[in-house]
Amino acid sequence: MAEQINIIPGGDKPNQDVFSETLQRLAETDQNIIAVTSDSRGSGKLVPFGKKFPKQIVEVGIAEQNLVGVAAGLGSCDKKVFAVSPACFLTARSLEQIKNDICYSDHPVTVVGISAGVSYGALGSTHHSLHDFAALRAINNIIIVAPADNYETEQATILAAESKQPVYLRFGKKIMPLLKENSNEVFAFGKGRVITEGDDLAIIANGETVDPAVKAAALLKESGINATVVSMHTIKPLDTELLSALAGKVKAIITVEEHSVNGGLGEACASYLLQNGYCRPFKIMGIPDEYTVSGSQVEIFKHYGISAEGISEQAKKLLS
Amino acid sequence: MNTNELKKKSVGYRKKILKYIVGAKAGHTGGSLSSTDILNVLYNKVMNVSPQNFTSPDRDRYVQSKGHCVEALYVVLADKGFFPEEDLDTLCKYQSKYIGHPTRKVNGVEQNTGALGHGLPICVGTALAAKLDQKDYRVFILMGDGELPEGSNWEAALSAAHYKLDNLCAIVDKNTLQITGPTADVCNTDPLDEKWKAFGWAVREVDGNDVEALSATFAALPFEKGKPSMVIAHTTKGKGVSFMENEVKWHHGVPNKEQYEQAISELDELLTSLHD
Ligand SMILES: [Mg+2]
Repeated sequence: MAEQINIIPGGDKPNQDVFSETLQRLAETDQNIIAVTSDSRGSGKLVPFGKKFPKQIVEVGIAEQNLVGVAAGLGSCDKKVFAVSPACFLTARSLEQIKNDICYSDHPVTVVGISAGVSYGALGSTHHSLHDFAALRAINNIIIVAPADNYETEQATILAAESKQPVYLRFGKKIMPLLKENSNEVFAFGKGRVITEGDDLAIIANGETVDPAVKAAALLKESGINATVVSMHTIKPLDTELLSALAGKVKAIITVEEHSVNGGLGEACASYLLQNGYCRPFKIMGIPDEYTVSGSQVEIFKHYGISAEGISEQAKKLLS
Repeated sequence: MNTNELKKKSVGYRKKILKYIVGAKAGHTGGSLSSTDILNVLYNKVMNVSPQNFTSPDRDRYVQSKGHCVEALYVVLADKGFFPEEDLDTLCKYQSKYIGHPTRKVNGVEQNTGALGHGLPICVGTALAAKLDQKDYRVFILMGDGELPEGSNWEAALSAAHYKLDNLCAIVDKNTLQITGPTADVCNTDPLDEKWKAFGWAVREVDGNDVEALSATFAALPFEKGKPSMVIAHTTKGKGVSFMENEVKWHHGVPNKEQYEQAISELDELLTSLHD
């Protein structure tokens, strides 16, 4: 269980910044915390970390396979390793190293995919990671986490440092508002976080799509529709207890993710629900299986309906 | 252990490698036989690792990047007392932990390998950890010549030199063959010494089937202070069995009864000649 330290009372920062601040905080009292980077310390917001703890940052240059292999080797020597690189490269080019050297070999490394999803926007598909949940879900022995706000990011980073099991943390670049006051909340991997409660509909989202989901719920409320919004930050292991409870309560379920509609959060939820006898009107919102439209992250989101308006429209359709 | 004792060990290891490959009806015969002497010298003369110190953070590390030649590793680990040799009767059998590539479920195995080109990056991490913790353990890695085209090796080669990892020693089992045929025909990596030197490594070449030469080479580690060491070990694939030597079909060929008996009789003959 994470020690509840609030280093970011106000929130409202990019999750990547909070990750870096939390890592610095941990490194102050723990010299086994090591960040491994592939010319990615700038995008990973780790420049201050590197300045403060020059012995605790390992730079391998632009070489992601080596990045993950080196991280595994350090992890085998009781280091608490965070391998940090853009999610697009980290979970594709070095997928085999994640699969074999970390997961199969069971080294307690945290793989940190930064600027994930379509964070890089108009840089195009080479820089998008819309496959990482799908790829990693099919690999045994890794916890997959996409925190939504600064609070979840801080807690997830603390938990990852102590995890005996490999972890994948996925962050974006966008400034994220705090989703709610969290004074007495306990954050745990595999336990979804209920943001708003309502009996008509459940919107299950993760990462940077939780924010538009919450805004969609506010819009729906104006039309008299009450939605439960869940930040399902952990995709594996999935909070099936919460899913069962939701499915027993609401009339329809929408999932939202910054990922391909294939193989991510939505299909994970659908698989559990259907195999356990819950049949509800269900919609997976994400990036469709097509050449992704060009534009900024916000524009791409909007294009595919990942917005307050888009999600609320979908909800009304599902409930009608 | 003196040279003659080491030589006898090698013959004994080779007999057991063949025995367990025949029992499993599977295995990487040629490469296990080419690397036998390297493993023998490392485990019996060079490395500070044993069942007694295997959980100590100060032990020397051995990683077999050419994981498919696991039979040689299992036989040596059994001989060192990491597990009872009879366990190898289950090699590659249903629910056995002694599978066809090294896994940490087997006592004495440092890293899970099998996919080629994975060992060196891991060893760079392990050697870096020693430097960070100011420990003086050493890291040894055995690579195949056939796996060298994997780009991850060269990424790691750069890092090893960049971080001046003179506690890291890589050995290439240069048996000049791989599954398709001669390595020089499949994807030529020669001149190997110049490549590693250009990448910032200190390089030595040795007859990798000569236990005395291997001992002398490892005794000279690190070859240069501040540089990772590369041993290019010239070996014979299928070493020790006349009809297997330099024959590509024995890459993962399993001997039949007659072939097995002939191989064992050749090795027994060699063993007799080594009695002083
Ligand atoms: Mg070869």
